[in-house]
Amino acid sequence: MTAQLLQVENLQVAFSTRHGTVTALHGIDIALAAGETLGVVGESGSGKSVTSLAVMRLLDRAGKITGGRVLFEGRDITHAGHADLRRLRGSALSMIFQNPRAALNPIRTVEQQIVDVLAAHGRLSRANARAQALDLLRAVLIRDPEARLGAYPHELSGGMCQRVMIAMAIACEPVLLIADEPTTGLDVTTQQTVMELLARIKAERGMAMILITHDLGLAARWCDRIAVMESGRVVEQGETVALFEAPAHPYTRRLVAASPTRRSTLADLAPPGLARDAAPVVTVPREHGPGTPPLLELVNVVKSFGGPTRAVDDVSFKIPQGGALGLVGESGSGKSTLSRLICRLIDPDDGDIVFDGESIARVPAREFHQSPRRRDIQIVFQDPNDSLNPRHTAFDSIAYPLRRLEGLRDGAALQTRVREAAARAGLPMDLLQRFPHQLSGGQKARVGIARAVAPRPRLLVLDEPTAALDVSVQAVILQLLDRLRREDGIGLLFVSHDLNVVRMLCDDLVVLQAGRVVEAGRSQQVFQRPQADYTRTLLEAVPYFDPQRTELLKTA
Amino acid sequence: MLAGILRRVGRRLLASIPALFGVVVVTFVLMRVLPGDPAVFFSSGPSAGKEEIEELRRSMGLDRPIPVQLVRYLGEVATGNLGRSMTTGQPVVVDMTRRLPASLELTCTALFIALLFSIPLGVAAALRPGTAIDHIVRMLCTLGVCVPTFVSGLLLIYAFYYLLGWAPDPTGRIDIFASAPPDITGFFLIDFALKGDWEGWWAAFSQLLLPACTMALFVLAPLARMTRASMLAVLGSDFIRTAHAMGLSRLRIIVAYALRNALLPVLTITGIVFSTMLGANVLVEKVFSWPGVASYALDALLASDYAPVQAFVLLMAMIFVMVNVTIDVLYGIADPRVSVA
Repeated sequence: MTAQLLQVENLQVAFSTRHGTVTALHGIDIALAAGETLGVVGESGSGKSVTSLAVMRLLDRAGKITGGRVLFEGRDITHAGHADLRRLRGSALSMIFQNPRAALNPIRTVEQQIVDVLAAHGRLSRANARAQALDLLRAVLIRDPEARLGAYPHELSGGMCQRVMIAMAIACEPVLLIADEPTTGLDVTTQQTVMELLARIKAERGMAMILITHDLGLAARWCDRIAVMESGRVVEQGETVALFEAPAHPYTRRLVAASPTRRSTLADLAPPGLARDAAPVVTVPREHGPGTPPLLELVNVVKSFGGPTRAVDDVSFKIPQGGALGLVGESGSGKSTLSRLICRLIDPDDGDIVFDGESIARVPAREFHQSPRRRDIQIVFQDPNDSLNPRHTAFDSIAYPLRRLEGLRDGAALQTRVREAAARAGLPMDLLQRFPHQLSGGQKARVGIARAVAPRPRLLVLDEPTAALDVSVQAVILQLLDRLRREDGIGLLFVSHDLNVVRMLCDDLVVLQAGRVVEAGRSQQVFQRPQADYTRTLLEAVPYFDPQRTELLKTA
Repeated sequence: MLAGILRRVGRRLLASIPALFGVVVVTFVLMRVLPGDPAVFFSSGPSAGKEEIEELRRSMGLDRPIPVQLVRYLGEVATGNLGRSMTTGQPVVVDMTRRLPASLELTCTALFIALLFSIPLGVAAALRPGTAIDHIVRMLCTLGVCVPTFVSGLLLIYAFYYLLGWAPDPTGRIDIFASAPPDITGFFLIDFALKGDWEGWWAAFSQLLLPACTMALFVLAPLARMTRASMLAVLGSDFIRTAHAMGLSRLRIIVAYALRNALLPVLTITGIVFSTMLGANVLVEKVFSWPGVASYALDALLASDYAPVQAFVLLMAMIFVMVNVTIDVLYGIADPRVSVA
C-alpha cells in the first residue's frame, strides 16, 4: 500500500451552515495507484464532489476537514500551507470541472489563460509562450488551434471549453487528474470525444485519473476501479467488472438497476423500494378509426431568428392520439425552438401546426393563452429548480394554471383538482404546502408534471424533463410519464438528447440536425437499422451501462 | 472594432436628442409656472413704477404667450444662443465656459479620490467578509453617506484649516493674491502643469483637496459597497475555483481574475455617481466658495433668472448623455462578451 499515489484515510468534512454543522463526509477511504483510473459514482448529495474538493483542498470557507488525512505521493497534504498547495495544484495535481464555460475566466483569452497556468509554475519560456499554448491546444485536438488562441470562452462551444480546460489542466504534466463530472451537460457525441481525449492523454502521459460521475455507463466504460458513494460514505468499492457484475450493497444494486442498458425497458429500471410505481400497467388499448385526425401534425414548419440559417427548417411530423414521439438532436439542432413552436409560445414563419384537425398556427403566440387549445397543450420544463416560482408552494404552482385557464377560485373545486393532479404525478399530499427549496429534485420534477397535467391537457411537451435528475429518480419519472400516457391517453412529445431514454418511452422518433429532420420512424426500427449517418453517430455515442464492455470488445 | 464603436456612439447620441428636447421644454415651462417675476426682481428697486416693470417685461419678451416664448427660445437654443444672465449681465454661454471647468475639475478629482479609496476598501472587505475589516469599511461608508456634505465640508475646514493649519484658506480655486494660470483648458491643474509653474500647481492642488475630499466622502459608500458585492460574487464563481485549482498565485487571482471581472458593474455605478456628483455638488461649491456651475445655477434660480437655470439643466442633461455613452464604450472594451454592433 505504500506505493499508492493518492491515499485518502478516514477523511471527514463538515460544513458550517446557518442551521449548525452539517457533516458531508463521514470518514471515507480511497486509494489510487499511479496510472490508475478510479471512478467515484453516486447520486447528488452523496459527497463525491466534496471528496474531490477536499483532496484538492479547494473547499470553500464554510467547509472544513474535521478528521482523517490525505496522502499524495506519500506526503500528508491535509494541513499543507498555501504556498505548498499552490505549488502542487496545477502541476502535480490537477482538476477539471463540470460546466466548462463557467470554469473559464470570461474576460481572458484562451492563450492568456493557458499561459497563466504555465507561468504560475515557472514552465513558461517567455520567447515562445504562444508556441507552448499552441502545442497544448493541439494536444487536446482542438480544430484550428491558431484561431482559438485569441478566442474568449463565450465564443467557444461547451465541448471546446472543456478541451481548453483539459489543456490547462495538463499543461504542467500532472501525475493525477481529477475530473469532476467532465461531460455532464455536453451533447452525447461531444461527451464521447471528450472522454476519448481524456483516456488518450491519460495513457500517453501515464497520468492517474479520478473520474467523478453520476453516470454509471461512463464510469463502467472508462474506469479500472469504482467507489460507490452514498450520503458521505463509500458503501462499496472494487474492480469495475466485478463490482457491477455482483453488486453487494443494496444502494449499488439500486443504482445498477436504474441505469439503462442497451436492452432495458422501463419496467427493468424499477427500483425495488418503489414497487407502487413499478406495478405492471395494464395498457388500455385505444383504437382510433382511420377517420380520426392525428393529435398533432406539423406541416413544413419554418422558423428563423434572423440569422443566416434557419433554426427550424421545413419540419413535418405527426403524433397520433395518445401517441408518444421522441424528438432527438444535439444542442443547436432546433429541438427546443420546435417545442416552443408547438406550445405556441413563438410564431412559425411558415408552415402549419394542426392540433386535432384544427390549425393553431394562425393564432398569434401572444393571444394563444385565450385560445381553448391552450389547456390542451402543456409543457414540462427542463430544469425543475428554475421553472418553479420560489415563493409559491407546490399547491400554488399546481393551482396556477387552473386559476388562469379555468378560472377556478379558491375553494373545494380547486382543492380537488390540485389533489387529483398531484396524485396523478405521484406527489405525496403532505408535500403540497412546501416551497420548492424544501423539495428534492425528483419531487420538484413531480410538481412540474402535476402543474402541466392539472388542466387535463391532451398533449404534454416535455423538454428534457430528466436531464437534471439522478438516474434512480429519472427511472421513476419515466415510468410515471409512461403511466400517464397509458392510463389517461395523454399524447407525449419528448424532447431529449438521450436516445436511450427516448427509445424506452416513445413509439416514434424524429432525429433533428441543424433544424432539419434527418431521420424519422418507429423507435425500435431506427435503433436497430439507423438510415442516416448522423443517427448512427448519435447511437454509437450513447454511454450505455455495459460493465463487461461487450461493445468495446466487438469494435476492438 | 473602431468603426463599430463609432457607429454605436453615433446611434446613442442621435437617440438622446428627443430626451434633450424634452428636458429643454420641461425646464422652460417649469421656470415659467414657478412663482417669481424676473421683471420685478431686476427692476431698479422696490420703488419702481408699474410702467418701468411693464417696459422691462416687454424688453425681456415676457409679455408674449408662453408657447410663443417657447418657440423663440427653441430657435435660439438651436443656434447656440442660450440667452443672457440678468445677474452677471454676461451671455450664459460665456459664464458657463468659465465656470464649467471649475466644476469638472472638482468632480473629476473627487471621483478619482473616491475610486482610489473605495476600490481597495471594497476588495479588502470582500476578501475577509464578516471580519473587523469588513465592519470598519461598512462603518466608514455609512458615515460618509449620512453626514451631509456641508457638515463634513465644514468639519474638514475646521480640522485642517482652523486647527491644524495644513490647508490654505478654503475660498475659491486659488489664493486671492496668487495669479491664475493662463486660460488654456480652464482646468487649473492642467494649465499650471502646461506652463511648468509647479508652485502654482501645488497652490491650486492644495486648494482643491478639501472640497474634493468632502465630495469623495459622500460617494465612497456606493462605490465601495458595489465593489464589495461584486467582488464577493466573482470570488465565489467557478473560474476563481479553477484558478486556485491551477495553482495561480493569490495576488494574480485577486487582481487579474477577480478584480478585473468585479470592476465591470463598478464601472456602471461610477457613471451614475459622476453624473449625480456634478449636479449635487452645489453644497460643496457653496461651502468652499467654489466658482462652479452648480452654485451659479442656484444663484440664478433664487433670482428668477431664467436663462442660466435653463442652460444649466440642458448642460447637465448633455453631460449625463456623454457620460453614459462613454461608460458604454468602456464597458464594451472591458468585457468581450458585449457585442460592439
